[in-house]
Amino acid sequence: MTTITPDTSPTTPGAGPSTPDAEPTRSALPTSLAQSTRMVWTTRIVGLTAAVSVGFTVWLGLWVTPPDKVQGDLVRLVYIHPGVAWVALYLAFGLAAVSSLLYLWPRTRSFFWDRLAAAAVEVGVVFNICTLISGSIWGRPTWGVWWAWDARLTLTAVLLVLFLGYLALRRIPAEPEVRAKRCAFAALFAAVDIPLVHFSVDWWKTLHQGATVLNANLSPTIHGSMAWTLLLGFIALTLVFVWMLLVRYRIGVLEDFLGTGELEVAILERQAEGAGATPTAGSGDGAAEVAR
Amino acid sequence: MWRDTLLIAGKDLRIESRSRVALSQVIPFGVVALALFAFALGPARGPMVKGAPGLFWVAVLFCTVLAVQRSVSVESGDGARDGLRLSGLDPAGQFLGKSLSVAAQLVVLEAVLAVGVVLLYGARIETYWVIVASCLLGTAGLAAAGVLYGALSAGLRVRETILPFLLLPVVSPVLLAGTRIWQAGLSGGTVSDATPWFHLLIAFDAVYLALGVVVYGPIQEST
Repeated sequence: MTTITPDTSPTTPGAGPSTPDAEPTRSALPTSLAQSTRMVWTTRIVGLTAAVSVGFTVWLGLWVTPPDKVQGDLVRLVYIHPGVAWVALYLAFGLAAVSSLLYLWPRTRSFFWDRLAAAAVEVGVVFNICTLISGSIWGRPTWGVWWAWDARLTLTAVLLVLFLGYLALRRIPAEPEVRAKRCAFAALFAAVDIPLVHFSVDWWKTLHQGATVLNANLSPTIHGSMAWTLLLGFIALTLVFVWMLLVRYRIGVLEDFLGTGELEVAILERQAEGAGATPTAGSGDGAAEVAR
Repeated sequence: MWRDTLLIAGKDLRIESRSRVALSQVIPFGVVALALFAFALGPARGPMVKGAPGLFWVAVLFCTVLAVQRSVSVESGDGARDGLRLSGLDPAGQFLGKSLSVAAQLVVLEAVLAVGVVLLYGARIETYWVIVASCLLGTAGLAAAGVLYGALSAGLRVRETILPFLLLPVVSPVLLAGTRIWQAGLSGGTVSDATPWFHLLIAFDAVYLALGVVVYGPIQEST
């Protein structure tokens, strides 16, 4: 099978990287691929920085910082869990909501925002699952149960299901514009639950502990090397998120192109059949042929 | 807008009064669900009385999905959706009208199910206003969110399967809040425990009603 590699041909004049996918058409791939040459490098640099910062977080979290007075070594999970939750609940789903809103807004309507929202939701779902798993691992020895029906946990799980619904909706075949609009609305409705998740910890005062760093007095209740490791964990996981987002966005562009390419080849084959010609062998790799 | 609301609600309720789908299918389904819950819990009264609030709201949620699907399907044939779009009626009014119609049907259903819970499960209602208020507030939120997601899935061939998946997680706060309020309103509960859950229901209603009023028109145009 022919592999599809990013086109490195010169960028179309006037289509700079500052206006990605400015026109909402699926045939804009050569421009997108040309842009992705820069994107490849950005992705690599972000990925490398993410790997280094994750390495540092692991080193600080496992070897440098001391165990907690009460929780012992279990506290080391806290360097990961809030960071993962921050990415999943606020960054990823926040970005998905904003991107969806920007897609719905007629002046900023572009498939760039649609693909960005889809990528953010998909990566956010992965981080959301990691939040629940890391929380469970921490909860078992601390609370004595793998899962507690605490308000914040429950709404985090609800949020996961909501965005799984978004992904299911996205898989339903439809015209690109219709699908993008429908998914943007779904993301917006689901995003409404995010403030509920955020404030539920204060409203219900159940098992889950209050905010450690961003509390009402803005006075962190964690100190010294532990605080720095926690902060580094936040930065590292944010970088991992950005890296995954960039990779997923590029895959989204290629997926769209593949769909369009296959359709164009199918039409060409049908036309050739109509003219009495035999379809070319191996034309299944249609997108690659169209790319050539 | 309010005139259009009443017009659409009247239309949907008139269709219901003539077809009797909610009366002959949705409400009996709710009662069947209550009976099935009882079979699952066993004949002892204790677990039934304890679980009554939650089981009531789970039955209501399942019936909401059916009511919303019915509300969407009455407009799926004969180009009725296009007709509504071309009618010049205010989309916000259409949304509120459809919500009002679904809510009216759900209130009747809840009344039947509440009697069922008392008779079949042996639950005793202590504070009536708490139970009634939770039903009214919960129903408003369920209807608003239901109609919104119903409109989103209206043009889809997989409408029947995607709607429960999309809608039920969204309305789960109503289930949580409704259950806790019912626990407070039944015999042995404390009314003051219900206060934060009432706040949650009000917030839920406000958010989804406001969202529906703003985006129902654009959703109809795009699907």
